[in-house]
Amino acid sequence: MRLKADPHARWHDWLQEMARRADTPALRDFYAAFPDNPEAAIGDTPLVAIDLETSGLDPRQHGILSVGVVPFTLNAIAVARRRHWILRPPRGFSGESVAYHHITHSEVEQAPDLADVLPEILAELQGRLPVVHYHPVERRFLDRAVRERTGSVFRFPLIDTMEIEAKRHRRRWRLRLRRLLRRSPASIRLNDSRIRYGLPPYEGHQAVLDAIGTAELLQAQIQHHYSRSTPVGQLWV
Amino acid sequence: MDPELLDIRRHLGEHPPFDGLTDDQLDDIASHVEISYYRAGSQILASGQPIAALFYVRSGAVEVYRRSGDLFDRLGEGSLFGHYGLLRGRRAQYPAIAIEDTLIYAIDADRFDALYETDGDFADFIELGRPRTGTSVDSQTRNNDRMATRIRKLVTRQPLIAESDASARDVARQLADEPSAALLVVEPQGDDPRYTYADADGALWQVKGILTDADFRARLVAEGRPVDTPVGEIVNEQLVAVQSDETMQEAMLAMLRHNVHHLAVMHRRRPIGVIRLEDVVRYETQSSLYLIESIFSQRHPEGLARLLPEVRNAAVRLIREGADSRTVGTALSSIGRSFVRRLLELAEAELGPPPVPYAFMGMGSMARNEQTLVTDQDNALVLDDRFDPQQHDDYFAALAQRVSDGLDACGYAYCKGGIMATNPRWRQPLWVWQRYFRSWIQAPNAERLLHSNIFFDLDNLYGEERLIETLQTLIATEAGDSLAFLAAMSRNALNRTPPIGFFREFVTEKDGQQNDSINVKRRGTAPLTDLIRIHALACGSQAQNSFERLADIKTTSLLGPGVADRLSYSLEVLSLARLRDQVLDIEQEREPDNNIEPRNVPAKQRAEIKEAFRALSDAQKFLRFRYPMPSGGLQKRGR
Repeated sequence: MRLKADPHARWHDWLQEMARRADTPALRDFYAAFPDNPEAAIGDTPLVAIDLETSGLDPRQHGILSVGVVPFTLNAIAVARRRHWILRPPRGFSGESVAYHHITHSEVEQAPDLADVLPEILAELQGRLPVVHYHPVERRFLDRAVRERTGSVFRFPLIDTMEIEAKRHRRRWRLRLRRLLRRSPASIRLNDSRIRYGLPPYEGHQAVLDAIGTAELLQAQIQHHYSRSTPVGQLWV
Repeated sequence: MDPELLDIRRHLGEHPPFDGLTDDQLDDIASHVEISYYRAGSQILASGQPIAALFYVRSGAVEVYRRSGDLFDRLGEGSLFGHYGLLRGRRAQYPAIAIEDTLIYAIDADRFDALYETDGDFADFIELGRPRTGTSVDSQTRNNDRMATRIRKLVTRQPLIAESDASARDVARQLADEPSAALLVVEPQGDDPRYTYADADGALWQVKGILTDADFRARLVAEGRPVDTPVGEIVNEQLVAVQSDETMQEAMLAMLRHNVHHLAVMHRRRPIGVIRLEDVVRYETQSSLYLIESIFSQRHPEGLARLLPEVRNAAVRLIREGADSRTVGTALSSIGRSFVRRLLELAEAELGPPPVPYAFMGMGSMARNEQTLVTDQDNALVLDDRFDPQQHDDYFAALAQRVSDGLDACGYAYCKGGIMATNPRWRQPLWVWQRYFRSWIQAPNAERLLHSNIFFDLDNLYGEERLIETLQTLIATEAGDSLAFLAAMSRNALNRTPPIGFFREFVTEKDGQQNDSINVKRRGTAPLTDLIRIHALACGSQAQNSFERLADIKTTSLLGPGVADRLSYSLEVLSLARLRDQVLDIEQEREPDNNIEPRNVPAKQRAEIKEAFRALSDAQKFLRFRYPMPSGGLQKRGR
């Protein structure tokens, strides 16, 4: 079904190559420690849910405003270990003009640039397989932001809970759904998926809560459609 | 804490025992939960499995089984399990299975232990599986609904917010579609950091004040200002706000202190709602109000009878939540009155309109607003003076019969002494009642004193208010003026003595051999109520409720300083002991009665009961001295 000829081999080689080429130590460590064995069982793999709040959908024009992550496994989501970073909006954005939740002006003024906190973020991700909901946003924004600051490519396999949802539908329906969903705000897509598994609606659009919500959704999806022994290579994109 | 977790925190904070925690405690728990999803049918806990957390059902449903395989409990959203295992060797006692897709928040054992050891209410909840009932008047006061319930529980919706430069007309339009008639007026970036918050777009706002109907009236219409006046100019800028974890009691005090009926509720600096005085009042009476609504919607006496379990539930709930005896007594009396009213409405619908006006009179505990779960009917019919027995009595006899039978079916037993409107003697026109009352006051004997004790606590339950008022006034003016009557009542009131010797003996006993019970009504609340009634009559009080009577008595110099307060305290102790024991009876599936079994009374409460009986005993001694038998038989006391 997926178009990639051999995604497993592709990611393994890619990650090794990146580990070799990365200039910054933090990036190198991140790539080197990446759980890249496609045969590993999802139930044994440390995971980390990531959610970004961005000022728009186009990485060329818009920036990352906040990053929320929460490490988890199929058994438990460690809320205490959640991390949240507010980032100084990139050039061209004033604090007043961007819409985001619960972030005050003074917080924004004192907020760091992504470059300042990148080592911290990478440390949280290290050794864990990232999980997101609707991966184009996270993948493109993170890649662009990291590339601008370090010159290195930032691209790795990840599990997309929305992709898992979409896979369950027939192709035509899936296309229609995606076309439809792409125009809707992210939180509604996440909550719509969650409702199908009896997960409570969270008042969304906050990076950490959306990350937690994504982690819950993946736990539900695996229990409903896969098993603890499903190889991660079958899930990642 | 991170506003990101508000959703988790809010959910925990709505469910006991977490609803009783401080904001800081809640923050700590919400930010340390571990979340797990269980598909319907999957096992969450196996019996004997090591357990390191308390489990909280965030969504879904869980069934807990005994080891025998029997269903032990079915748990829904906001319920807890795993605590038995945490308390007993950190091993799961009972297997737990998700019966729907379920999301669990696990609270680690260390946090559980800390709460269990430092927070008495939390520990009680865990041990009893329900909120603590409180064991003494002190803890009762602390646990009184209003004292313990945090104000955030009343916040049910987001506050309406208007910017201060919005026009009064626009805001009024916005309010017109809303059930609530109050909104918060905000302005950008004020100078008071206490009320400054960031909105969803990151902009900073300061809450300026609460705009109510009254502001439109007083500062717009009355002053003839144009309708496009900005609301910032008409809002009362003295903002009164409370934090979401303050208690209802504190919120009410804030309203009183500032003489306002609306409060802004803040979590930290963010406004999360506006509460009104009515919200607080409604919360306190909610369950009984709901019950009363269903009483009035019944179309047949049989339907009313089916509500008996709900009556008991309402009372049990109130007592468990720590309501005082007055709240419970008022709620149960209101429920009883509603039964009478509805039975009369149904009877009139069948029998046709009454041939002459009447009042259906309730006596005793219902009139005093002091009903408990054990009660029989005391009622009577007061008819208009145009009443002609030949023509009219068939109608009223039938009416009385229906009410009496209906009440019996609803759990209000027939009065053994026949003091019911079905008795022709107690179904009389006003002029006969006046004659009765006067003869009882002027020439008391044993039977008449008994009647006075019953009939002199009287209230209109349905019908012509004026008929009952006439009688109330008669009692207040004539009974208090007759020294002989008061003296006779006093002697009569001394017939029932508190079990003080008995109780002292019980209290000093070392082991649990003593199995006797004490009839706390006959030996406690009834003689105390009698005694209070005499003082109330002596000072011309028209109050019916014993606590209100004591408040009236306190304004006179009838009793020594502090005595009225001591009696009030004693009545509360005894009434609560009686109510709590009735709840215990219901929980253990016994028919509730007026006996307290000492073995069920915790030591602290036992000491309080002893003290209450002692106060009653002292007050009885004083009664004999205060209302001596006048020499020369019956005399009117000069004014």
